[in-house]
Amino acid sequence: MSEKPISREESFGYDRKTIDYIRNAAAHGLYEIRGMGAKRKLPNFDDLVFLGASLSRYALEGYREKCSTKTILGTRYAKKPIELDIPITIAGMSFGSLSANVKEALGRAATEVGTSTTTGDGGMTPEERQSSKTLVYQCLPSRYGFNPDDVRRADAIEVVIGQGAKPGGGGMLLGQKVSARVAGMRTLPEGIDQRSACRHPDWTGPDDLAIKIQELREMTDWEKPIYVKVGATRTFNDVKLAVHAGADVVVVDGMQGGTAATQTCFIEHIGIPTLAAVRQAVDALEDLDMKGKVQLIVSGGIRTGPDVAKALAMGADAVAIGQGVLIALGCNHDSYFQNGEHRPASADYSALGTAPGFCHHCHTGKCPVGITTQDAMLEQRLTPEFGAKHLKNYLKTLNMELTTIARACGKQNVHHLEREDLVALTLEAAAMAKVPLAGTSWIPGVGNI
Amino acid sequence: MDSLNFDLAEIPLRTVNTFLHKEAPGQSVKKVVITNPDGAHNIAVGLDFPVDIEVVGHAGYYAGGMNKTASITVTGSAGTGVAENMMSGRVHVKGFASNGAGASAHGGLLVIDGDAGLRCGISLKGGDIVVGGSVGSFSAFMAQAGRMVICGDAGDALGDSLYEAVLYVKGNIKSLGADAQIEPMSAADLATVKELLAAAGMDHDPKDFKRVASARSLYHWNADANQEY
Ligand code: SF4
Repeated sequence: MSEKPISREESFGYDRKTIDYIRNAAAHGLYEIRGMGAKRKLPNFDDLVFLGASLSRYALEGYREKCSTKTILGTRYAKKPIELDIPITIAGMSFGSLSANVKEALGRAATEVGTSTTTGDGGMTPEERQSSKTLVYQCLPSRYGFNPDDVRRADAIEVVIGQGAKPGGGGMLLGQKVSARVAGMRTLPEGIDQRSACRHPDWTGPDDLAIKIQELREMTDWEKPIYVKVGATRTFNDVKLAVHAGADVVVVDGMQGGTAATQTCFIEHIGIPTLAAVRQAVDALEDLDMKGKVQLIVSGGIRTGPDVAKALAMGADAVAIGQGVLIALGCNHDSYFQNGEHRPASADYSALGTAPGFCHHCHTGKCPVGITTQDAMLEQRLTPEFGAKHLKNYLKTLNMELTTIARACGKQNVHHLEREDLVALTLEAAAMAKVPLAGTSWIPGVGNI
Repeated sequence: MDSLNFDLAEIPLRTVNTFLHKEAPGQSVKKVVITNPDGAHNIAVGLDFPVDIEVVGHAGYYAGGMNKTASITVTGSAGTGVAENMMSGRVHVKGFASNGAGASAHGGLLVIDGDAGLRCGISLKGGDIVVGGSVGSFSAFMAQAGRMVICGDAGDALGDSLYEAVLYVKGNIKSLGADAQIEPMSAADLATVKELLAAAGMDHDPKDFKRVASARSLYHWNADANQEY
């Protein structure tokens, strides 16, 4: 008797992932919280390509000819704008989600390559202030650890309205990461699940924000640039409102942006891709005739030199990187480096129910490579020296790729890259970025085929 | 130099604030009187030295914001966010205070003789607040540490998602927020209310106050509290 063949026809609507999701929901009665950013396929900068120089454009020699990367942020009102050697900055990530060693590594590497780092929810640590030549201090809804001395110690202040991974949502630091030091900085009991508010406590709308920004300016005698960071949703309107409120710099964080711990339903379902957001942000600045007067930083899924170059060509003045930075430090690697040797970490990934290359378990505080942890043993797995060396290499590589692309497009300054240098490989990217589909002059929604 | 006068009808606020930050601390200024504030925002923000400031009239948003060690009195009413994120010192509003009074204050004492608007003491992180009148809804939302004494009534959702801050209310509480509960007054609570009322210069019987604190049921993920996350 022949065996009955097994049907393996998977449902599109109820595939294994969806079945898993429903099973988990039924088992726990709670939504999932995780770290990192959106995992789904989204239109991104890979869907754009540069039109290098040829007969119609004159290229610069790829290695020798000068190509400036100097970047100045905060020229609108601040007496002391931020001057960076490269347009690639480190995005805000909190001490609490990251270990103190990691914060120090970020500061060291950023200082060596001449760029800025950013604090996160939970305040400024002495380690990061000391190691960072240029430090942006975030003013978040929770105001955990926020204090006037650190405002005065900062080089710029970033008022965070939202984050690309969770626009409209607050934050969560699960109890296992609320160590004595983290709890002390946040004025909370140790070990509790700490929630971060989604709204600022002392202002409610854009008119209030204008006064809040003025308070920060008055407080710092108009010296420091004030950034406003928004998660990408109604980006055109939000950027306009941020400019009206008096921002020197607007930071737009697309939905690929990472987080230490957020509901998966936010990460995957709220916000718009960075590619769409950067175009809306630039449109808003151009509409207000503020392009170049208010600087734009773009973040959310910036991984490579070409990503940086494309963001700049689209009109950003700089980018900010979070997840790429963590990966450079060893996130999702199968080993860590301790006491002079590489040690396997796969068993620790398994214990979390994941594997190297697939991990998004920052929320657990049990990072196998010692990055997103407050555990005294685990955090030894990443020393500031080791982390800084790798991060510096990563940032240098991105910058080299950026300049070599700029030269190929005939630019002596990376800020001269322009939209005209780009075409899109897909209809979606062409429509979102409003650049022509490759080989045509067609921009969906704008021109004719 | 003991006492100084600034007339905001004549001198830009920016000049006054810069003077208070950069020059006054080194000149042993003891008292500064600011006249004609006319509701100007950000008066005396970010002070970092022991000085008496008297604002004669009404102040706009964020008066005395992020204060350290200074003692600031507003003889009229104050706008949104008075004494927000105060670290130490004292801010005294003789009239009414608008929304978010004392928001996220880490230390110091905020005294409001009249009523306070919505979200008074929101996100409080260790400061003390004494309100002679009533407070609006959502007061002490997510308040983490510190103490609030409310001599009048409290609006809706008092102490929603409270952490370790403790609230004392003399009048009616329209409703309590998630995880806030009324608890018995201990001898230590009575002493605390007495001490804070004395510091604020107010005369009430501590025995007339109720204690509101966190039930701590939201400190850890709780599947049965689905609407509270
Ligand atoms: S390896 Fe560490 S930093 Fe990377 S996703 Fe996993 S827990 Fe987070």
